[in-house]
Amino acid sequence: MTNGWVDIRNTDMMLIMGGNPAENHPCGFKWAIEAKRQRNAQMIVVDPRFTRTAATADMFLQIRAGADIAFLGGVLRYAIENQRVAKEYLVNFTNAAFIVNENFKLPEDGLFSGFNETTKTYDRSTWNYDSADHIQPAAGAPAALPANISMDPTLEHPRCVYQLLKQQYSRYTPEVVERITGIPKDQFLKAADLFTSIRRDGAMTMTATIIYAVGWTQHSFGTQIIRTAAMLQLLLGNVGRAGGGVNALRGHSNIQGATDVAGIFDNLPGYLKVPIPADKDFDGWMARITTKPAKPHDWDSFNYWSNTPKFAVSLLKAMYGDAAKKENGWAYDYLPKVDREYSWAHIFDDMYKGHVKGLIAFGMNAVAIGPNSSKNIDALKKADFLVVCDIYPEETSDFWKSPGVSPEEMKKIPTEVYRLPGAGFAEKDGTFVNSARWLQWKWAAVPPPGDAKLDQEILARIFLKVRELYRKEGGQFPDPILNLSWNYTIPENPSLAEVARELNGRALADVEDKASGQIVKAGQQVPGFAFLRDDGSTLCGNWIWSGSWPEAGPLMQRRVPDDPSGLGIHPGWGWSWPMNRRVLYNRASCDVAGKPWDPSRKQIWWSEGAKKWVGNDVPDFKADSPPKDHMGPFIMNPEGVGRLFAPLAAFADGPFPEFYEPMESPIANPLHPARSNNPVVKKYTSEMDKYGTPAEGYTIVCTTYRLTEHYHYWTKNNPMNVQLVPEPFVELPAELAADLGIKGGDHVKVTSARSFYLAKAMVTRRIRPMTIDGKKVYQIGIPIHFGYRGIQEDLGKTSRSLTNSLSPTVTDPNSYTPEFKGFLVKVEKA
Amino acid sequence: MDVTRRAFLRAGNGAIVASALGFNLHRAYAQSRQLKIARTTETRSTCPYCSVSCGIIIHTLGDKAKNVTPQVVHVEGDPDHPINRGTLCPKGSSLYQDILNERRLLKPQVRRPGSDHWEDIPWDQAFEEVARHIKKTRDETFIATDSQGRRVNRCESIAWNGGCTDTNEFNYLVVKTMRSLGVTYLENQARV
Repeated sequence: MTNGWVDIRNTDMMLIMGGNPAENHPCGFKWAIEAKRQRNAQMIVVDPRFTRTAATADMFLQIRAGADIAFLGGVLRYAIENQRVAKEYLVNFTNAAFIVNENFKLPEDGLFSGFNETTKTYDRSTWNYDSADHIQPAAGAPAALPANISMDPTLEHPRCVYQLLKQQYSRYTPEVVERITGIPKDQFLKAADLFTSIRRDGAMTMTATIIYAVGWTQHSFGTQIIRTAAMLQLLLGNVGRAGGGVNALRGHSNIQGATDVAGIFDNLPGYLKVPIPADKDFDGWMARITTKPAKPHDWDSFNYWSNTPKFAVSLLKAMYGDAAKKENGWAYDYLPKVDREYSWAHIFDDMYKGHVKGLIAFGMNAVAIGPNSSKNIDALKKADFLVVCDIYPEETSDFWKSPGVSPEEMKKIPTEVYRLPGAGFAEKDGTFVNSARWLQWKWAAVPPPGDAKLDQEILARIFLKVRELYRKEGGQFPDPILNLSWNYTIPENPSLAEVARELNGRALADVEDKASGQIVKAGQQVPGFAFLRDDGSTLCGNWIWSGSWPEAGPLMQRRVPDDPSGLGIHPGWGWSWPMNRRVLYNRASCDVAGKPWDPSRKQIWWSEGAKKWVGNDVPDFKADSPPKDHMGPFIMNPEGVGRLFAPLAAFADGPFPEFYEPMESPIANPLHPARSNNPVVKKYTSEMDKYGTPAEGYTIVCTTYRLTEHYHYWTKNNPMNVQLVPEPFVELPAELAADLGIKGGDHVKVTSARSFYLAKAMVTRRIRPMTIDGKKVYQIGIPIHFGYRGIQEDLGKTSRSLTNSLSPTVTDPNSYTPEFKGFLVKVEKA
Repeated sequence: MDVTRRAFLRAGNGAIVASALGFNLHRAYAQSRQLKIARTTETRSTCPYCSVSCGIIIHTLGDKAKNVTPQVVHVEGDPDHPINRGTLCPKGSSLYQDILNERRLLKPQVRRPGSDHWEDIPWDQAFEEVARHIKKTRDETFIATDSQGRRVNRCESIAWNGGCTDTNEFNYLVVKTMRSLGVTYLENQARV
């Protein structure tokens, strides 16, 4: 979230799409209701199903799963056509005025400029701005943003971002929106009018928020859906403002934290990009990932990523201590170099092909999570070893006795499986990061039951045992293993408080902040990331969390419930990254002169007397940069402004979002039938990876979803939740059920090109038949929560099949998230 | 004075009841509701399910002295928490049964290659064997340099899957250890 849960109550307008917070984030959804009650905020819900969120909305539109970019692109067009835009914000805080390279081409035929048909990738060098100095990049040099960007503040230049944006979405007419999304033109126009009404006649006081969850991320173009939303919010001047923003609800208690600390292949903690083989050494790596300011001459840009080397050196000092020295490039060699995709779906593809031989899964049920669960099961059958740490028996550790495995086959499964009992949440302390970026400490209430152990003890003891083996026996490149900094008081069971202090960072030599004259003595906790250094005098495990545990103590343990400003900021509750700023980019809550757009919701403002930015929130900005310097509010972009056009390598599939069909789709893309799918998305090629078509009888659009009463594959072990929803079901439109002669409670079989799923029918009017490009199309929905281990499963009261045995292995080219929504199936009575 | 049970209840907070019995029952009712958690220790925690981060209070009996194992008797929403303000959803409301659950795994087990059953294994042996698997696999498949002779130091044959309720601190220990082993297949629920 750019904003936060309580902040939703500040909004005047909500677009909730790709998420169902009333059912999946019930206790956070109260703030949306609060906005309706206290501010008369309007709520628009767009979803394939009439959810309980939709039931509270002022307007509900049923959309075909995966058609979101067409809808949002239509709203962009509507806003531009009707001048419902935030002109001053647009010109000064976004790249709307920047001039784009003359060789850049919009995707009228489905392709942007630079597509390579053989590699299915783009040469993105034309996706760039023009240099105001007319400097051409040197031949062979890597493409870079021009230092001095050409611009036209009148927004009239035919190649300025605003004009290209207008041209790009001119094709997304209400008629086209209707053909693609199935939303009747008149309903679409009402929704577009309502949402953009906050900018009627250029008024700037009101704000709108966009709220989404995995209904947007889980597509082969998920990142671009979210980008379309972000662009709409920039166009309307809603980012950085109370009650505005682009708000990812996120699905789980600590996946925001896992993303921040980079439990994922393509980042290091704090969103540092991983080194690649082409980076010759530490300096080469830094040269590639440290951004240089690129802006119009008269504007200023903070370009905060210019500090990248300070964060990277401090991380390597935290990881390798004295072994990380200037002479060895801070132990740069110790880090693995990543040159291709190693994402979730690839793990199981490469395990299926025999390359990945061992898997360690801590609290992660890969078989149930999918996609293409049967492939994941078959992949595990080829592994040498599997280590599962969990609190309940689950599908992954039991894969070798999953339904369909015969006693003969079982004998041939060579995998050695260790099932280690870990600790539940109440038994562990440590911090979670919620979707509003709040770090909150939790305390352990009870010890783990039986012989179960704390997860950190299990990991530490495995690692220390591996280290002991390398110390005794030697082996391949043991240096990083032997030199890993592990100076915890109890090495076999590190205290998470000690680890949290390391994440905050401390000085290894005296460090002085030049601006304030403040000195941090060697050994002291640093007050924040501004004190981190690139000379080895500081260590810090994750720079964006620096400031969470300064000398004063653990700020994420604070419990001051007060809200002095009344804006839901709660500055003394927990701690939010970065530096306790509660709304990101909050400089944009003020006009160019530094005055709040809405005097009744003052977040921060420029104080001419104090010569700095002050306010109710912590300024997410250079505190002493006066408005006259025109520094951009989007300090993490080298341009300093929000990107309506995302230049160069920002995205794999286009600098503007374009609508593409899901990998399996009932129709050819009406915009460009010859380029129906996202052109850079690659299909997987194993014999387990099949993709279905309407011609083969797969004509029904299927979306997976979650229930209020269940949590992933976890609460099927909990008697109370099982009592509430005891068995799996398939939600079918009444008209489809009538066509097939199915009544509620009948057993049905859902089949995709990959596998099948068996459950009872839940016949409903919550999903209506749709007309998509002139064709009648049915959608169905399947909750994901069941499997072959659980209370009901073990009693034989379910079919013991997995929803994700249906979903395809195909992923978004930017986020690598699989397409769990909007694939094709057929349905029959079982 | 003859008071039927129904009339007694209907009288509610009226003075009749108080005067008839000579004392105010209200305090007694409040007292009986409190008893369950009157002597418990309150531990502040965060719901492990969705990302709203509802504050919860775990009530335990047992005074946290050495050799005393506290027993969870009640879990409720934290009324001080600025986001959930004491409320919980159907999942949060059943957390008590997540903590005290007879299906919990209580001892380490192993399924040997080709076997059709789980067998118990002592922790120390499990650590030894897992460490041996990791070292053997890593040593056999380690990629020190790529086809162009560039130093890459990758272990592509072992993958890590991290879960959604792993804490920040634990996840950081994962990054430290797995990156040091050279693991590139490092993934988490955050992706999916």
